[in-house]
Amino acid sequence: MGLETVFGHSFLTTRLDEAVNWGRKYSFFQYPFVTACCGMEYMSVFASAYDIARFGAEYPRFSPRQADVLFVVGTVNEKLAPVLKRVYDQMCEPKWVVSFGVCATSGGFYDNYATVQGIDKIIPVDIYIPGCPPRPEAILDALIKLQEKVSRESVLDRKYK
Amino acid sequence: MTNYLLETFKAKFPDDVLDTHAFRGDETVILKKEALLKAAAFLKDELGFDFLMDLTAADYLPREPRFELVCHFYSSKNNYRLRLKCPVAGTDARVASLTSLWTGANWFEREAYDMYGIKFEGHPDLRRILMYDGFEGHPLRKDYPLKKRQPRIPHRE
Ligand code: SF4
Repeated sequence: MGLETVFGHSFLTTRLDEAVNWGRKYSFFQYPFVTACCGMEYMSVFASAYDIARFGAEYPRFSPRQADVLFVVGTVNEKLAPVLKRVYDQMCEPKWVVSFGVCATSGGFYDNYATVQGIDKIIPVDIYIPGCPPRPEAILDALIKLQEKVSRESVLDRKYK
Repeated sequence: MTNYLLETFKAKFPDDVLDTHAFRGDETVILKKEALLKAAAFLKDELGFDFLMDLTAADYLPREPRFELVCHFYSSKNNYRLRLKCPVAGTDARVASLTSLWTGANWFEREAYDMYGIKFEGHPDLRRILMYDGFEGHPLRKDYPLKKRQPRIPHRE
């Protein structure tokens, strides 16, 4: 942000961390990279029964440049991998990645010629959600974990060099 | 029990039909691949099979002929279905294309080419349809290595 290069780890930057992280973690703009059946559960988290808006993350942006959390929802195959990488590269820092369901996390049961065995082979991942598909509660749990992770970050961190 | 479709077919192509069976109303004709095009034209023009429902292949390695081309036809006028199968040798994996009869065969044949490497002669645009450019081999062949991956971009770590 500029200031921190002058002040380093001081009272000013730690207070700044708290304010900035508070803002970041309660206003995630997500990019839904939805490729398969997990998308159904992802949609249900948005609907009123589970209501992800309670966590300030209800607003999906379909432009990676406006998003700060990438939700990779479903199976990613080798053909699609360059697209995923490109979407990730277009997102501005700070950015986080959630791997949604076993397919995105490890390839799931698709251990074959076509499927990437986990999206962490392509991009760095912050939170993994197990399940095929995960229940909506698991997604909210992951979101809370991501908020906790964000609140531990510092404006001095440069995440992925 | 005599079966109208199978009997008609056998009477029409006595030298080309290798075998027929009808399991619970599933009529199947196994045919020499050289006769595929004329048999399909007969089905379409004379028996009223107006719909090519599916065209795919199977690999029976190590049997030779290893491939089998499988076509499913449907007649919406008579509500008949018929399955045609043609054994295709691995050393000469070529069959006549059905695109001249059913335009819809185009993508089916591209898929069979992509997955099994069967060449369709007379196809207007025989390219891969599912796998990407630069992919080598035909992944549904039984001798394609199970764990072989062909990433398009380098993987991390
Ligand atoms: S994890 Fe299960 S539900 Fe999710 S994309 Fe894979 S197969 Fe579909």
